[in-house]
Amino acid sequence: MSLWQKHAIFEKNSIILIIGVLVMISIGGLVEILPLFYLKSTIEKVEGLRPYTPLELAGRNIYVREGCYTCHSQMIRSLRDEVERYGHYSLAAESMYDHPFQWGSKRNGPDLARVGAKYSDEWHRQHLADPRSLVPGSIMPSYPWLAKTELDVSHLGEDMNVLALEGTPYTADMITKAAADAKAQASDEDPGDLAARYPKVIARNFDGRPGAVTEADALIAYLQMLGTLVDFKIYDDKANLR
Amino acid sequence: MSSTNPNVKMVDSHTGTATTGHEWDGIQELNTPLPRWWLVILYATIVWSVGYVFVYPAIPMISSFTQGMFGWSSRGDVASELNALKALRGPMVSALGGASLADIERDPKLLTFARAQGKAAFGDNCAPCHGAGGGGSKGFANLNDDDWLWGGKAEDIQQTIAFGIRSGHPKGREGSMPAFGRDGILKSAEVSQVADFVRSLSGLSTEASFDKAAGAKIFEENCAACHGSDGKGNVETGAPNLTDKIWLWSSDKATIVEGLTNGRGNVMPAWVDRLDDTTIKALTVYVHTLGGGK
Repeated sequence: MSLWQKHAIFEKNSIILIIGVLVMISIGGLVEILPLFYLKSTIEKVEGLRPYTPLELAGRNIYVREGCYTCHSQMIRSLRDEVERYGHYSLAAESMYDHPFQWGSKRNGPDLARVGAKYSDEWHRQHLADPRSLVPGSIMPSYPWLAKTELDVSHLGEDMNVLALEGTPYTADMITKAAADAKAQASDEDPGDLAARYPKVIARNFDGRPGAVTEADALIAYLQMLGTLVDFKIYDDKANLR
Repeated sequence: MSSTNPNVKMVDSHTGTATTGHEWDGIQELNTPLPRWWLVILYATIVWSVGYVFVYPAIPMISSFTQGMFGWSSRGDVASELNALKALRGPMVSALGGASLADIERDPKLLTFARAQGKAAFGDNCAPCHGAGGGGSKGFANLNDDDWLWGGKAEDIQQTIAFGIRSGHPKGREGSMPAFGRDGILKSAEVSQVADFVRSLSGLSTEASFDKAAGAKIFEENCAACHGSDGKGNVETGAPNLTDKIWLWSSDKATIVEGLTNGRGNVMPAWVDRLDDTTIKALTVYVHTLGGGK
């Protein structure tokens, strides 16, 4: 009986076939997935990264809710033309607090990994409400309700709690203050000690409307910080070649 | 089913092809071999993968991973590609870096290079607000016309691109239109009067209730400090010329009243940390030569 004929054992016994399939998948997982959890080089050591502020997190939730990821990627690949157009290629560290990551797989619109601070808040307001008023050929849908809908901050603490369970370093203090911090970041007034909890935080009235904190405030706050946290002037490219 | 003894090869008499030995009601399954070219490619890819594992980074180890025979990495690759690009552009870029803005515009070769580089950078960075051809849109300045909020000389444009307007950068251009209505500096009737006065400056129609003397007085007391007594604006404060027919927002009265009530202060980001000096220079030359440069 040749080696090939032994295969008949798998074909004739479904339990043995299932065990065989599981063994093969496990080998694939052990070789391809497991090392990513223990190899130190998977996530670069960088300065400046912090978890999202409650307002940015709310904006990120809206980004996911509206399906922005179906047309926009957040992943500048290490290719010359992408680096030329969008800036430094994305680092793994830059999505370490994303659960799930927003790398996306399609670019009907441009990549957004470094869109932060590239355009003004007013541009984002107008562009979200009516993209074609600024970019005549745009195929992006309009999102006029964002500026009209007050942001629901009541669940932000719970969201942060879940992320903390997944390993995001949110402290109990941050979670308790979630709703207040979200409102403080979007107001014209002094945000107090917000920057002590979230270094490099940008606090301003993102939607330009006095008073209410809207979904536009949250989404623009999120967009305006994308890709801005890592200080590439002190980042060591050579130590992280792969 | 008939005998499945593997040692006896059964051949279908009709086609001459071997059968699998399975038989149902006299029908046998042909065991047509895979085409040779297909098998050759399959085995070739297996051989290729073995070489690949040694040449490229592939196998995870305890604290690192196999680096491959030539130390190739995708990040190293893009770095060397960018260096090659830099070397390719090198002579022109350093010529651009060393020349003054006026020199660049006088030298046809440098000007062509700067405009080409500027056009590409404009499309990537500036077009979302200012439009693909620099035509602007409501609230975002048209860069083709003769009207410049912060000055249309090449040096002015360079300053604006590098440090932005109300960008938060310490060297950014500052000065914004106050919210005369919202902050209670002017009553709504006064806002309406002065809005009509502003429209009259460029020969636009005014409402029947308009009192020119009253409007002029409000203008002189509140607006002239920035826009000038003649309403011709001031590039030091970014106050637009109100006497021409070029409008950043709109010439209709409702829009003027809205601006007077809530103020205006659009932001242009500072690009000095995002783009290198040569790119900013190229952009300056590109914008300056779009049509309206002074």
